[in-house]
Amino acid sequence: MSPPRFRPGQPVRVKAWFPPGHCRTPFYTRGKRGRILDLVDVEPDPEERAYGRPGLPAVPVWRVVFDQHELWPDYRGPAQDRVVVGIFEPWLEPVEEAG
Amino acid sequence: MSHDPDHDHQGLDHEDHDHPPGQRHPFQPDLEDGPYTWHMALTDAIEQLLLAKGILRPEQIRRTLEDIDSKSPALGARLVARAWVDPAFKARLLADVNAAAAELGIDAGPIPIRAVECRPGEHHVVVCTLCSCYPRLLLGAAPDWYKARAYRSRVVREPRAVLAEFGLELGPEVAVVVHDSTAELRFMVLPERPAGTEGWDEERLAALVTRDCLIGVARPTVPSA
Repeated sequence: MSPPRFRPGQPVRVKAWFPPGHCRTPFYTRGKRGRILDLVDVEPDPEERAYGRPGLPAVPVWRVVFDQHELWPDYRGPAQDRVVVGIFEPWLEPVEEAG
Repeated sequence: MSHDPDHDHQGLDHEDHDHPPGQRHPFQPDLEDGPYTWHMALTDAIEQLLLAKGILRPEQIRRTLEDIDSKSPALGARLVARAWVDPAFKARLLADVNAAAAELGIDAGPIPIRAVECRPGEHHVVVCTLCSCYPRLLLGAAPDWYKARAYRSRVVREPRAVLAEFGLELGPEVAVVVHDSTAELRFMVLPERPAGTEGWDEERLAALVTRDCLIGVARPTVPSA
C-alpha cells in the first residue's frame, strides 16, 4: 500500500476516464475539479472486488468537495452549494492551486 | 383500498374504482405474482445449500431477518437527542458514530458511519447515486423513494427543488451540502435542535427526530400546541 498522496484542502481533478466494468466514481464527477475534504479509509479496490478478486493492495479513498457550479454549469443556486463524494485515489490527480 | 369483494357500497359511488355489478373485484397481486428474477433464484439456491449442508439452521435465518427488520430510525434519533443535550457526546458522535452508538448500547455495525452536522447557514442531505447505500443498522430499511432513480439522480443535480418537494424550502442564505455515499462509508444527518425545546428531556427530543430528518430531507419541528 502506497502512502496517501493528498492532503485536506488540496485542489484535485477527477480523471475523465470511462473504463468498462464496475466502478464507484459517479459520471457527474468525471473530469471535474474539487477539493480534498479528508481521508475516509484505505479499502480494497472495488473495481477488482466486483470480479471476485481481492482488490489488493488497498486503495485510499478521499472525500472530495465539489462546487455545484463546477458539476453543473447551469446550476441554479448559491455558489456555496456543494456535493461531497467519496473517490478512490487512482481516479484523482492534483491540480495547480488557482492563482 | 382493501375491502370485501361482495361489499355493499351503501349508496356511495365507486369514486376511485370500477367493477361491473355482481362481479368480484380484480385481485390484488400477491408477492409471488411478480417475475421470479435471477437474483431471487440465486438467493433461494444459496439458502437451500446452506441449510442442506447444515451451515445455517432455519431459525438462525429467521432470527437474523427479524433482527434486521427490528432496526428503526428511533436508534438514530436517540443519538441525535443525546448529542443535543450533551456537547461532549456530540463531539464523540461527530468523530465516530459507531463508537458513540456503542456507548448507548446500539450496534451500528462494521461499516463506518459519519454524522454531518446542520448549522445555521448550512444544511446537509444524504444520497447514494450509485445504488442505495444507507445506514440500515441505525435507521432501519431505506424508504422506497431513497432507492428510486428520481431521488438519486435529482438530489445531486437540483437539491433545492427536491427538498422543496419534500416541503423543505431553503433560502439562498443556507448552503445545501449533498453527501453521495459512494465508498464504504455511510452518513446520518445531525439536525439542528429546534427552538422551543429548551429543558426537554432526551426522550421527548428524540421523538422530534424522524427518519427524514436523519436523511436530511426534513428538519425537526416542534408540533404547535
